[in-house]
Amino acid sequence: MLLEVRDLHVEFKTRDGVAKAVNGVNYSVDAGETLAVLGESGSGKSVTAQAVMGILDMPPGRIAGGEILFQGKDLLGLKEDERRKIRGSEMAMIFQDALSSLNPVLSVGDQLSEMFTVHRGMSRKDGKAKAVELMDRVRIPAAKERVGQYPHQFSGGMRQRIMIAMAMALEPSLIIADEPTTALDVTVQAQVMDLLAELQRELNMGLILITHDLGVVADVADKIAVMYAGRIVEQAPVHEIYKKPAHPYTKGLLESIPRLDQKGQELYAIKGLPPNLMHIPPGCAFNPRCPMAQDVCRTDVPPLFDVAARRQSACFFWKETLDG
Amino acid sequence: MAEPKKSDETVDATPNVTEIVQQDASTTSEVEAILDTRVDRGEPILQVRNLVKHFPLTSGILVKKQVGAVKAVDGISFDLYQGETLGIVGESGCGKSTVAKLLMTLEKATAGEVFYKGQDITKLSGRALKAVRRNIQMVFQDPYTSLNPRMTVGDIIGEPFDIHPEVAPKGDRRRKVQELLDVVGLNPEYINRYPHQFSGGQRQRIGIARGLALNPEIIICDEPVSALDVSVQAQVINLMDKLQGEFNLSYIFIAHDLSIVRHISDRVGVMYLGKMAEIGTDEQIYEHPTHPYTQALLSAVPVPDPEAREHRERIILSGDIPSPANPPSGCRFRTRCWKVQDRCSTEVPLLAIPERFQGLDSPVAHESACHFAEEKDVVGAA
Repeated sequence: MLLEVRDLHVEFKTRDGVAKAVNGVNYSVDAGETLAVLGESGSGKSVTAQAVMGILDMPPGRIAGGEILFQGKDLLGLKEDERRKIRGSEMAMIFQDALSSLNPVLSVGDQLSEMFTVHRGMSRKDGKAKAVELMDRVRIPAAKERVGQYPHQFSGGMRQRIMIAMAMALEPSLIIADEPTTALDVTVQAQVMDLLAELQRELNMGLILITHDLGVVADVADKIAVMYAGRIVEQAPVHEIYKKPAHPYTKGLLESIPRLDQKGQELYAIKGLPPNLMHIPPGCAFNPRCPMAQDVCRTDVPPLFDVAARRQSACFFWKETLDG
Repeated sequence: MAEPKKSDETVDATPNVTEIVQQDASTTSEVEAILDTRVDRGEPILQVRNLVKHFPLTSGILVKKQVGAVKAVDGISFDLYQGETLGIVGESGCGKSTVAKLLMTLEKATAGEVFYKGQDITKLSGRALKAVRRNIQMVFQDPYTSLNPRMTVGDIIGEPFDIHPEVAPKGDRRRKVQELLDVVGLNPEYINRYPHQFSGGQRQRIGIARGLALNPEIIICDEPVSALDVSVQAQVINLMDKLQGEFNLSYIFIAHDLSIVRHISDRVGVMYLGKMAEIGTDEQIYEHPTHPYTQALLSAVPVPDPEAREHRERIILSGDIPSPANPPSGCRFRTRCWKVQDRCSTEVPLLAIPERFQGLDSPVAHESACHFAEEKDVVGAA
């Protein structure tokens, strides 16, 4: 297994108390595999990824428990300078907003070649040549002429390509992409997702795709983990989850998005709001919004039940959800 | 860069929009009387003709010289009927938000007309304009920045009454605001709270309540749900649906999410680089698109169903949208189109029912600005 996250807990200290952002997350990714982590804002999907990358703001953040095994090594036991060596060369991250994640006062060529001069000790000249090569690889037209340009001179889609080029510069074995296409238009979104999937196949990387968009993941993911209030509520291979969700939250999400190929009547809406992370409801965190909630849901935290092979749901009534 | 001046370029001739019944009103009170008349359901309430907005590009610091223009909106025409929802879709930079600002008369149009009940509102000023603005309201995209953080919810929703005191007399306002809160599904007791005490979905409800305050007839929604989480999006969409029936509203719904636009709209217009590429009913646009840009846009939408996905053909466009400061000659989509021929670079395709479909009693017969319009089912609805 390339990456295994085991029972991870992350908390943030705030003025009003402790916010429990991640409460016991387990997931794993293999080489060449794509795991999509799906969730709404505040579900803990990005915080988990930041903990894996080791870029969590600490304090106020604190890893309160768990293990992150990368190629068999527990990353949480490593010193900062050891983690730094892994970051960039072994695992890399692509962020949502390319304009604010690129340095506006350095040319894209400088930023790309930095990867090689810092991590690989190359000369600036060789680094520059590598930068052009990378830009070609992510299909930026006229790479040689554009290598000296600054981020603001590129369009949104091109900037995201540069982010991708930077992430894969040192051919890492794991890439975490946090909402990589959310800021892009649909036609450009399709181009960027295709590029990402192609490079992943080529380099046989593990890919964690963090998103809130059920549509984007349907296309590229091998398996999906759905998060709610800092926990994984359902985990399954991609085809099964869309056909037959085993958790009422996943089911509600799928029913609440309008479909392009159907003109529906009223949309199903999950009632209420996602919980405040400082006051997560006792029992199942979804119970106040759940149409199927019973007494047991308000008192006991549901464990992840095995629904089928490689398929789990954190709902006491997963059978009923699957059938209904 | 040496493009010829295009000020005399032909703009869209849209043949089958409804004829405008112009009202000759000279005095302000006559105008106001016209604005107070009711429009029947299904009659045109807003008619846009050849609307143009160019933002000048200048150079020089002391002596400003115009060196060009960003052609944000370049000749579009459409009708909005009473009680319907017209969706406008397009990618960023296509001019859809500029259209919203022009209809709100927040921007001054470079050319063209907007008729509201037969009155050209681009020419109005003073009291008459104020009366028009009362009837056309807006709901903004970002509920985090469009509400003043230092005002209470009561003040935010009640502020329109300060500008239009005739709608609600002073002593009556608090009760009016509480009614509005109730209408949009918020607890009327929250009247003294501040925006930061609400979630994103609740803030958007506050924005909608403010839009409803003056009993408008038209609400222009600019990306009203794109900042919201999926589970909350559905709640807001359902609310807007309900309010439309309750208050007899006409919506212009601007968004980039094609699935949501289909869900809420009766008719849909697709914009590309300042022009309308295709317009028709939701069935015509989604199930029988004839413009290649619409087809590409629809085929690129991720559908949350891996199996439906496999049966769909995907058209992946190359390249980005050209700059609206220097749009391609002829058809603006030609630089990314796979059907492009010589004719496309010389002749601007007009938004009209394509000749070969004229007279057909079929959903393909709708307006599409393409020389080589043909039907293609990309959604897989059939």
